[in-house]
Amino acid sequence: MMDTSGKELQAKPKTGVTAPAEQTTPGAVFSPAVDIFETEKDINLLAELPGVKSDDLKIDLRDNVLTLSGDVTPLEGPDEKDIFSEYEVGKYYRQFTLSEEIDQNKIEAELKEGVLRLILPKAAKAVPKKITIKTA
Amino acid sequence: MIIRSPFYFPNVSFRNSFSELERMRQDMDRLMEGYGGRYFMPQTAGVFPLINLTEDKDDYYVRAELPGLKADELNISVTGNNLSITGERKIADRGENVYYHRREREDGTFSRIIALPGEVDANKVDARLKDGILTVHIPKAEKAKPKQIKIK
Repeated sequence: MMDTSGKELQAKPKTGVTAPAEQTTPGAVFSPAVDIFETEKDINLLAELPGVKSDDLKIDLRDNVLTLSGDVTPLEGPDEKDIFSEYEVGKYYRQFTLSEEIDQNKIEAELKEGVLRLILPKAAKAVPKKITIKTA
Repeated sequence: MIIRSPFYFPNVSFRNSFSELERMRQDMDRLMEGYGGRYFMPQTAGVFPLINLTEDKDDYYVRAELPGLKADELNISVTGNNLSITGERKIADRGENVYYHRREREDGTFSRIIALPGEVDANKVDARLKDGILTVHIPKAEKAKPKQIKIK
């Protein structure tokens, strides 16, 4: 019987990243899954970064390029041995080019339950102005 | 199919073909290791969430990445040696008049049962969800723990 309340989540392997430059530190790098949506006033970005603490997350915006990079400290204790391992733990890295102008001073970021929520308000000149047409 | 005849002892050839197979398997393993292992996709059951199971002397640890999930959206139970993790991930409604550039995060229900390799103490299981990672800590049953034997 099908569950009508919602669809079932499918297991998906993490997406690996080919970093723009060769890495000097060892370890895998993954591309986090994101939702990006735009409202009239701002651009919202939600990124899944399980295991990243707020101190280990770097958000950088320059020349319209937004860079997210997060380090993960593995939770495994020193004596733990793998029985089976279905996912790898590694860093997160992803870059976006933003087409809108962003008001850099009003950017809000919140990291909760492994999900980053970034609110990028559009600069005043990028906010669409409604033009009312006068009718005679 | 083994055909038994008074002049034929299958055991002899049986053992040989098994050891031959075992040797081939070991050769394959060695070949895989040569490639660093990492270039091969990790083996998964293909069921959400993906899980890492580790053990130390006294405990099993089950870990899963569940970003955005709250503790009350998750159900964890232990029956015998089976750990069951079920839940539903909801992604909050963003309202109307939003224009999506990317939509990669998914919502939905999930259910997974993991058979633990040894006997466990179901009364002492504890689970915590931190930074989007679920860690279930399952102590092994007293009789399943390895005993150190002193040599006199």
